[in-house]
Amino acid sequence: MKIAKHEKTNIHSVGAVETKTFTFAEQLYLASGEKLGPVTLAYETYGSLNKEKSNAILILHALSGDAHAAGVHAGDNDTGWWEELIGPGKAFDTHRYFIICSNVVGGCKGSTGPSSLNPATGKPYALDFPFITVADMVEAQRHLIDHLGIDKLLCVAGGSMGGMQVLQWVSSYPERVKSAIPIATTLKHSPQQIAFNEVIRQSIMADPAWREGSYYEFGQPEKGLSVARMIGHITFMSEHSMEEKFSRRLKSDRFSFGFDADFEVEGYLRYRGANFVKRFDANSYLYITKAIDYFDLSGGKFLPHGKTVDTRFLIISFKSDWLYPPHQSQEIVRALKRKHVDATYCELTSTYGHDAFLIEVEEQTTLIKHFLDKTFNGYLVMGNDGI
Amino acid sequence: MMEFNTQLDHQIIYSIVKSDSRVLDLGCGEGELLYPLVRDKHIRAQGIELNDQSIQECVKKGLSVFHDDIESGLREFPDNAFDYVIMNQSMQEVKKVDCVIQEALRIGTQVIVGFPNFAHRTSRFSLFFRGKSPVTKSLPYLWYDTPNVRFLSITDFRDFCVEKNIRIVEEHYLGEKTVVRFFPNLFALNAIFVLTKKDEAALKSGGKGYRLVL
Repeated sequence: MKIAKHEKTNIHSVGAVETKTFTFAEQLYLASGEKLGPVTLAYETYGSLNKEKSNAILILHALSGDAHAAGVHAGDNDTGWWEELIGPGKAFDTHRYFIICSNVVGGCKGSTGPSSLNPATGKPYALDFPFITVADMVEAQRHLIDHLGIDKLLCVAGGSMGGMQVLQWVSSYPERVKSAIPIATTLKHSPQQIAFNEVIRQSIMADPAWREGSYYEFGQPEKGLSVARMIGHITFMSEHSMEEKFSRRLKSDRFSFGFDADFEVEGYLRYRGANFVKRFDANSYLYITKAIDYFDLSGGKFLPHGKTVDTRFLIISFKSDWLYPPHQSQEIVRALKRKHVDATYCELTSTYGHDAFLIEVEEQTTLIKHFLDKTFNGYLVMGNDGI
Repeated sequence: MMEFNTQLDHQIIYSIVKSDSRVLDLGCGEGELLYPLVRDKHIRAQGIELNDQSIQECVKKGLSVFHDDIESGLREFPDNAFDYVIMNQSMQEVKKVDCVIQEALRIGTQVIVGFPNFAHRTSRFSLFFRGKSPVTKSLPYLWYDTPNVRFLSITDFRDFCVEKNIRIVEEHYLGEKTVVRFFPNLFALNAIFVLTKKDEAALKSGGKGYRLVL
């Protein structure tokens, strides 16, 4: 009874956390044929690793995410991007599991990326940064997991690009992943998804302030990057959620008959764009969108022939997500059926579009919590009779 | 302690399924049938279910389920992927019954089918004397709100198996609380058939005590 009470009082957050870094000196051999090194990864951990090292969960972030998935940094009120799902008593329960969230290579939140200093020149890499793929991101994370002394992860989980990394983890290291939770993701980027990313990249590169990527002394290509992010935000929402959030509401009581932001939706996109340039490097956005465009584990590449896969899967998609629509998750499910892989698939009803994986807490929590429980403890989730 | 589901059809299917087998349950609901099998017989279970609330309940029980339609959800499974494919009280809601049963026979060594008997005496009475569409214990819906799209009798299903060259391994007839032994097409509310492909005829029957020789 005492324990339950204790849990209840601390149920809200993991509290104060800090981002750590891990640098490995070995060269990372990239899919492009190039090498990168030394590589630094920013990461955070929550909860504690048990003696058997059997309770580690790796959380993988989306396109513009970072290592800060839960809790708060000192002197800052911003909670992590998956605060609702990671914490004491939550879906990824920090009382029970050791949670790791790692920033991707190519990013700009403490990990080696195009804005990092190139040791050869002492200046930011800019476009000298080699092209990276989702497989390269996973390879870098594998170094981190080795460094933490973890042989087998209890689970790898993430949404969107995080989900691609989940699929890549199982594909690259099936024997090191006990379970996988790919959410709102795909086995391969479709032409529509590539098309959006191309428009996103073109809007950055069309800004003269981009300066062929060498803008670090002058400041970000703010206009281009902010338009790029605005395009992104349109694809993250659904028609329904935009109707609900903005309808045709005006910012003031009349039309301006000018090109100011008349409608609330315009104001929202401008606000989002302007905020984004303060927190994200334009070149990182170019490199990472390219990495996910290259992502393709279809046609038998996902679970290579001959390999048996003991990894359990929980696949989640959202009905109103038109950026990574449910039929792309169903393609993952079909690949798993062909290979006799133990899996659960659920298409959740949500009107939030692609954003749903960050917003829909209750149903995701039920699914993830019990799925992890089963993975960690084996059968017998209900009652204690039977075995 | 072993806790049986109170439903007679679940008890019968429970007794048919052998330990440590691989089982696919089509229309598994909240896992009422699969859960005791996993718990007591260590089967490797997979469900297919369309209702997302039911899927949540299955996951709470530790079961693996695909959110899918029975009619399109079987295609990708390899041949003989399962020892049993169960279709209990879901066949009558399927439009392409023939295709689904053929697919089930392809991916499962045995197929266990449970369905309500439309030729039960109360149905006959209702239609013949009252001129009304039957509402019975096993077919509790009114004509306008039924999820059922197929209405069949035990005799119909036997004829279907002969026509489609499907071997019937076992037949069980169920009354309200007990099994029915005589004139099942008249007295049984539900039936459970165990089927195999004709070439799997060497398989011996797994059930005990319910087998009726025709």
